[in-house]
Amino acid sequence: MDQIILQFINGLDKGSAYALIALGLTLIFGTLGVVNFAHGALFMLGAFCAVTLQRIFTLSAETIDPTQKDFLGNPLVVKTPYVELWFGPDMGASVIHWSVPLAILFAIPIMLVIGYAMERGLIKHFYKRPHADQILVTFGLAIVLQEIIKQFFGANPIPTSAPPVFAGSFDFGVLLGFDANTIIYPYWRMIYFLFSTVIIAAVFAFLRFTTFGMVVRAGMADRETVGLLGIDIDKRFTIMFALAAVVAGLAGVMYAPINSPNYHMGMDFLVLSFVVVVVGGMGSLPGAILAGYLLGVLESFASMNAVKEILPGIDQIVLYLTAIIILLVRPRGLMGKRGVMED
Amino acid sequence: MGILEVKNVNKRFGGLQALKDVNLSIMENTVHAIIGPNGAGKSTLLNVLVGKLIPDTGSVSFQGKSVLGCKPYEINQMGISRVFQTPEIYGDLSVLENVLIPCFAHRDGAFRLHALETVEHETGMIEMAEKMLLDVNMQDKKDMHAASLSRGDKRRLEMAMCLVQEPKLLLLDEPTAGMARADTNNTIDLLKEIKAKRDITMAIIEHDMHVVFSLAERITVLAQGTPLVEDTPENIKGNPKVREAYLGTAEV
Amino acid sequence: MLGLNKRDTKFLIIVILLTLFTPFLMQPFSENSALAQFNGGYPDLMAKVAIFGIFAMGFNILFGLTGYLSFGHAAFLGVGSYAAVWMFKLLTLNVFPAIILAVILSAVFSLLIGYISLRRSGIYFSILTLAMAEMSYRLAYSVLTPLTNGETGLQVRPNDPRILDSATSANYPNLFGLELSSSYKWDVLNHVFTFNVGYYFCAVIAIIAFYISMRIFRSPFGLMLRAVKTNQQRMNYTGLNPRPYTLAAFVISGMYAGLAGGLLAAMDPLAGAERMQWTASGEVVIMTILGGAGTLLGPVLGAGSIKYLENIFSKINENVLHDWFSFLPTGLQDAVVWVLSRFTGEGWALTLGLLFMLVVTFLPGGLVEGGQRLVRLFRRRGKPDGGDDPQHHPDPAPHVAE
Repeated sequence: MDQIILQFINGLDKGSAYALIALGLTLIFGTLGVVNFAHGALFMLGAFCAVTLQRIFTLSAETIDPTQKDFLGNPLVVKTPYVELWFGPDMGASVIHWSVPLAILFAIPIMLVIGYAMERGLIKHFYKRPHADQILVTFGLAIVLQEIIKQFFGANPIPTSAPPVFAGSFDFGVLLGFDANTIIYPYWRMIYFLFSTVIIAAVFAFLRFTTFGMVVRAGMADRETVGLLGIDIDKRFTIMFALAAVVAGLAGVMYAPINSPNYHMGMDFLVLSFVVVVVGGMGSLPGAILAGYLLGVLESFASMNAVKEILPGIDQIVLYLTAIIILLVRPRGLMGKRGVMED
Repeated sequence: MGILEVKNVNKRFGGLQALKDVNLSIMENTVHAIIGPNGAGKSTLLNVLVGKLIPDTGSVSFQGKSVLGCKPYEINQMGISRVFQTPEIYGDLSVLENVLIPCFAHRDGAFRLHALETVEHETGMIEMAEKMLLDVNMQDKKDMHAASLSRGDKRRLEMAMCLVQEPKLLLLDEPTAGMARADTNNTIDLLKEIKAKRDITMAIIEHDMHVVFSLAERITVLAQGTPLVEDTPENIKGNPKVREAYLGTAEV
Repeated sequence: MLGLNKRDTKFLIIVILLTLFTPFLMQPFSENSALAQFNGGYPDLMAKVAIFGIFAMGFNILFGLTGYLSFGHAAFLGVGSYAAVWMFKLLTLNVFPAIILAVILSAVFSLLIGYISLRRSGIYFSILTLAMAEMSYRLAYSVLTPLTNGETGLQVRPNDPRILDSATSANYPNLFGLELSSSYKWDVLNHVFTFNVGYYFCAVIAIIAFYISMRIFRSPFGLMLRAVKTNQQRMNYTGLNPRPYTLAAFVISGMYAGLAGGLLAAMDPLAGAERMQWTASGEVVIMTILGGAGTLLGPVLGAGSIKYLENIFSKINENVLHDWFSFLPTGLQDAVVWVLSRFTGEGWALTLGLLFMLVVTFLPGGLVEGGQRLVRLFRRRGKPDGGDDPQHHPDPAPHVAE
């Protein structure tokens, strides 16, 4: 029992990342009708926003301390981050420690700009072209983005730490009446899960309760008619694209402490998030969310030893297998609209 | 016994009874028009005939063989060809290639792995296709890109693609929809010409009464999913029930 | 000749000549010149061009003709490689059994994957193939380790059984005793030309593969595949079943991929799972489209130029760049070198990505279309009143143009 609960909550944080990326993908597909293979790259860029901010905060001034010697006998060079010089050692240190959460503020404008530029500069020329062309050009873009990151940050994963306050783990076991240390769950992963629900709720609230969201939803259902009503739907869709980029970026920022960012993390997540979108139903926002968490948990269960003993290798392929089965028996996915891709 | 027999066909979409006890018999070598106001079930009936929809009850048989549950390509191989409302052609291919494809389908069946033969060496097929293009007056356009044809020519091409298979029954789904008067008349002439040259049965689903009365030998009037009358054009013209179905009960 | 018309025969002969003289063509600069680093005439690279040419040719039969974009073709390449190495291990180091098994196994595998994936079309097909290939890759890495040797990769070892080889025979893949790695070097006029058995073996097979793909393009079957791309609805109502046609194209292209995988293993008897990863599938997509999808020569051209440029670009490091721009003042020189070095050496993938985006956006027909446009421009300049010979270029069929 404790194992099952453990695997369930273990699946939630990965599921949160899947859900957030799939949410953005679905927003873009639903509004613009574009299949965006560069969406994983946006997730990766978000993670590197966190890395960049951490680097900026740790930029240091070098001073020479004549009272101390380094191991060669020369006067010791002491590096002090500028933030500590400016805000004092305590405040400065906590700024550095909190660089990942602070990166959210840093990432929002950056991702907005990137998303806007991407849509205006590239994607908009591909609305009328076949899906295959969209896949190809965004695939090219994904390569370009990840190579740029590789040039600046190198090929190795860059450890990025969460604030030390969240460093420990929470013992669910005790809370639920099991033995101590049976169900422990790192605080940061809990934060990630909560964060993802907040973002998802915000996106849904935005779509449901604002006029802007209403127009976008109407546009998703029937673009032409909304256009005929004299509403400039294209402009709104541009903003939606930028918004989807922000969602992917924030998912990346907060994921940085869970998995040290590297330049190809976007590609790794991309395939999986397409799997999620397909399982949830192409174009269905609730479907994407549901499938995201569901698959995260499923993957987690598949990696249990008890399961692996029965079906060796299942942990490696469970997501793909699910997607294949779904596509074949229920091509519109869990919550897709009736009639979509059911030939 | 007609070439195509529809017996007691019912089809329901949710709460809507699209077809209700449809009985229809199309005689060999006639031009049979199926008309009716919007929502009368014409398209549903057509989709049942070509295997796209399966009726809830009833039977459809072609030359004595049931077509129910057959795939569209199987029905075509039995000898039923279909002309669409908007011409369905292979836009990326040349006009000649467009006609060659049905030639191969006619000779080789639904699938054949003729990967190491050469189209150019199939002189018999090419001759057949070129002769067909001559028949519809398109021989000078055979190297053109099909997508660049005018709408009227696309319609001609589609007819050629159907006819080259020598179908026993040709189904036409509003062949003149959206056409200008001149084009419509050309199409009528083309169809008359086709009919004069060969033994073929045609079933036309059409809105345009001008077309219907220029071509049809028998007419079935469909209203609210069920056949109202079936008669010759002359009798249909004066039939008060038909007028009622189209215009409501008000006197005109 | 060989069931081809005059124009195609001429075309084929040109391709054969180009392939046979590749060791000269790719070695245009003399050894001592500063441009020697642009020489690509060494066996490893030339063989790779031939092999990836085969891979792309096969992919093109599926994507170029039917329009089905598979993102999982590398899986078949991987299967071919594994099959070939197993043949080397168990039976003999002669390449023929290995390649035959590679083709057969990849055919079976692609039949299976194709049968399932082709039940959907459009992006759903792409995602299905992607998922299938990724699954194969993961399995090859994990539970299939006894078959694939996991991360280390499958290799030929001295203690392999190799029941058909006598104990004394060759220890490198060979053609009835003639080792593929052996080559003859011809040193003339400051040029070194290398004639390598492996390259010529791959080249001959590539020519045969090219010939077959040409026949398929010109066949009624090829016509049907183009029909699949254009209008499946019409096909259905013309009495044709598109599914087996597409499946046949899928299997044929899978066999081409398996053949390429087998040849890769023959040139270097080692097979690793990373060959099956989806980014590897992406590479063949890029090659085909860069060269010109749906054209005969395009995929080979794409594979050739990518493999060649990859090789050359990766060699241009900062030192080389500093050398080139040494005539500039220091500050400017550093700036230019800094910018250019982003795109060369390690940055080759960035250049490739940009190139690919540009081609997809502005030149959907790839290099072949680019070439045709240039020729047309050139001709128009030459002959003011539209010199394009309508007899020779009947506009209609851009998809089978050379």
